Order: sequence, then structure tokens, then C-alpha cells
Amino acid sequence: MTSYNKIIIPLLSVFIFCIFWEWLVWINGWPNYKMASPSDLWPAFWKFRWLFLSYGWDTLWRTIVGLSLSVFVGVGFGIIMGFSKTMRIALYPLLVGFNAIPKATVVPVIALMFVGFHDMNTILIVIFISFFPIAVSISIGLSTLEPEYKDILLSLGATKFEIFYKIALPKTLPEFFGALKVSATLAFIGTNLMEIIEPHGKGLGHLFDSGKISADYPLMFAVLIALAVLGIFLYYIVVLFESIFAGWAERN
Amino acid sequence: MHIELRNVSHEFELETGFLPVLENLSFSVPKGKFTAIVGPSGCGKSTITRLVSGLLKSKKGEVFISNEIVNSPKSTVGMAFQNPVLLEWRNILDNVILPLEIVSKSMNKVEKINRARELLSLVGLAEFEKSRPSELSGGMKQRASLCRSLVHKPEVLILDEPFGALDAFTREDLWQTMLTLKKQESFTCILITHDLREAIFLADEVLVLSGRPATLQFQLESKLGDNRKLDDLYTNETTKSLSILRKQIEIAQKHK
Repeated sequence: MTSYNKIIIPLLSVFIFCIFWEWLVWINGWPNYKMASPSDLWPAFWKFRWLFLSYGWDTLWRTIVGLSLSVFVGVGFGIIMGFSKTMRIALYPLLVGFNAIPKATVVPVIALMFVGFHDMNTILIVIFISFFPIAVSISIGLSTLEPEYKDILLSLGATKFEIFYKIALPKTLPEFFGALKVSATLAFIGTNLMEIIEPHGKGLGHLFDSGKISADYPLMFAVLIALAVLGIFLYYIVVLFESIFAGWAERN
Repeated sequence: MHIELRNVSHEFELETGFLPVLENLSFSVPKGKFTAIVGPSGCGKSTITRLVSGLLKSKKGEVFISNEIVNSPKSTVGMAFQNPVLLEWRNILDNVILPLEIVSKSMNKVEKINRARELLSLVGLAEFEKSRPSELSGGMKQRASLCRSLVHKPEVLILDEPFGALDAFTREDLWQTMLTLKKQESFTCILITHDLREAIFLADEVLVLSGRPATLQFQLESKLGDNRKLDDLYTNETTKSLSILRKQIEIAQKHK
């Protein structure tokens, strides 16, 4: 597939989706408070264009910082659980339990715990919601490393760090990026949970909340689309990094 | 004597108790010689490779390389397995260089590349140095794996069924490659194999182990000279040697 097609085909599919959406709203005669159509969204975007830019930036940077930190947390847990069977048995129930708690219920707790630290609270929720897939993938990648891979270096007297750096780490990269793609989309859910449930005058979540309060339904839909666009943007950033660092795993 | 095992016994700890795998095993391989070890499946042959390479410490007895006790892995040992375990994220050249990155840190990049290329051209992979392992056939991967095991000029080469997963013709090709490498590089070699013809064709001496717990049951000197050809496998003399080995394996299997 040429790189030209790789851009044209997704754009075309989005365009066809919008046409279908517009048609669906028109054929059913839905009012915009039931379902806004794409043609309703442009005026909403234009009217609040500066807010979209500034709030979108708030949401984006907090998501990226949170996701980056969750990479550290996830890789840390992953390494501990990947190399030590005892730690794996000990930590898995705790992590699974923690992950099973709906994060929407954690939001008020965190907001009360650290009153006023809105950025930090938002980033915390992002970490909570998106580190889990990374931790699981790294721990599985490391613990399923075939012993022969270790043997070729161990038999030469290599240190544990050399084995980790030269074999275990690169070998786990494809799994890591797979998890990071999931985490990148989860991260936006985290940011917006905080911004919508505990609005503090920043971020797209706040704009969504304003839309709700002032019954501006096209604005609410426009926020959702803006979030989707940011999500796609972050996803493809991860894909770009993946092709740089783990491009070898892709077969033609 | 270059490699020597003296009264080596070993057992594995299982949940149900101890499983003895080697019992009072003694043998030696003179410097520069090639010894093949055959025996029934699961008799502890791979344990021997781990003991000689220092990856495992025997419960009783000692393993010596150049009269020094082996307690831990040494950079003077090279290993190749049935699974070529090439690193998918490196091209063939960088895969072969890997051991040098561990044991010859002072060597500069150009020297490393030249050494790797020297071996790759010996085994006929010169044109594939930039290829990914996934682009190579099974036989080619195993050739690259052999280059990697020899790149740091080890004194001892340990081969754990490296040709076991290949088809018959590819296997014969690799036997000849192995002879080429043996002529060009100087190493003392232990080959673990299930293939009696392979043992006779490659080795100076063939050892037959008994069933588990394994001990030395039989030794056979190969009568093939330095210039071996595949045709030598079809002479009366080789057939006789093969049938002797075959009988010994039967005895070993009964012992189990």
C-alpha cells in the first residue's frame, strides 16, 4: 500500500461517515438536542473557536503528561512483575482490583484529597486509568522471554542489565506499543472524567459542561468530535513512535 | 585435555522429589577435537551443555576447561541451539556482532564488522548481512547462529542439536559448512545430537550415554579423516560404525 493511499483512504472513510451521519439525522428529522448533525457542528466550532483552541490545549497537554507518567508507572510495575514471580503473584490481584474500580467514582475522592490542584488531579486520574495495559503487557513480555534468549548472553558472562537492555527491552517493544495505543485512548477518558465531573474552568470537559448548562446541544456534540480528533492525533503519534522504535516487528 | 568432566553427577529438584539426570559421568575432549554426544531422549544431554558453559553448577564432581574449574559462564565459550534465537530487531550482521558487544567492548566497530563479515562469507551469507532474520530460511538462520557462536573466537564451542529442526538436505549442507568452519577456526567442540550419521560425519569421537541418570556407556572413534565427504557416509566401514552405535542406543533405551 502506498503512503498516499494510507492518507487518502482514512480521510475518505471519515468523509463517508459524516455523509451517512448527516443523512441519518435528516431522514429521521431529529432535532439537534436529540442528535446534532455535522452541519450543525461547524457553527458551534466557529462560534467558540478560541475556546476550543485554548481548552483543547488544556486537555491535550494534561493527557500527554498523564500518559507519559503512566508509561513510567506501567513499565515500572511491568518490570517488577516480569522479573519476579513472587511479585507477580502478589501484585496482580491488587492491580486488577484497582483497575476494576470505576474511575468516575475515584474522581470526587481525588478532588477532595487535593483541593485546588486541578492539573495534578487530572493527571493523576489519567495515570490511574491508563497504566494498567502497559504494566500487563510489559510483565507478560518479560516473563515469557524464551530462556534461550537469555542463555546466549548469559553464557558469555553478560550482566543482568545487559540482558535487559540488549534482549528483554527490545523484544517487549511491540507488546508495549500495542498497550500504549490502548492507553492513549483511555487517557482522554481520564482527563475528561475529571474535567466533566469536577469542572474547574479548564479543558474540553468544562466546555462540554457549559454546553449542557446553557442547553447548547451542537456545542456538546462539537466537544465530543474535538475529543475524537485529539484521540486520533495522539494515537497516530504513538503509531509514529512505534514505526521508529519497533518497525522491525511489522512484516510485509 | 581441554574439556574434562570428572565424576559429574547432577539432579533436578522437582516438587515430587529429586530427579537424577547425570551419574558419575567422566569424559574429556582433547584440544581442537570434536566430540559428539548421543543418547536416548531426555537422558540429560542438554544438562551437559549447561554444565560446560557454566550456566549450571553440578551437584557433584567438576567440569574443567583448560584445567580450570568452571564455576560461572566464561567468554571463551560459544553456544548454538536448535532454535537459532536470532534477534528480530537486528539485521544478520548485527546479530553476529552481538557477542563481541559483550566480551570485546574495547574492539572498535570496524574490527567487529570485519570479523563478522569474515564468518558470514565462510558460511555463504555475505549477501544477506543486511537482511532481517525473518527474511531468511531455516538453514540460513542456523548458519547465522553458528557465526554468532564463533564470532568472539571461543576456545570451546557447544552445539545443542543445532541441525535438529532442518530438513535432510539442508542438514547435510550445514554439516559441510560446519567442517569448513572447523578447518578455518580453532575450537574444541561438543555436539549434542540425535542423528547418528551426523555424529559420525562431524566428530572425531562419538560418546553414547545411557538412559537417565546418564553415564558414559560407550565411546567410538570416527575413522573418517580430515578431508571428509558426504560419500564417506555410504562406505561399508561407516555402515558398520553406524550399526554399532545403533545397538548401543538400543541398550541405552532399555536401561531407561
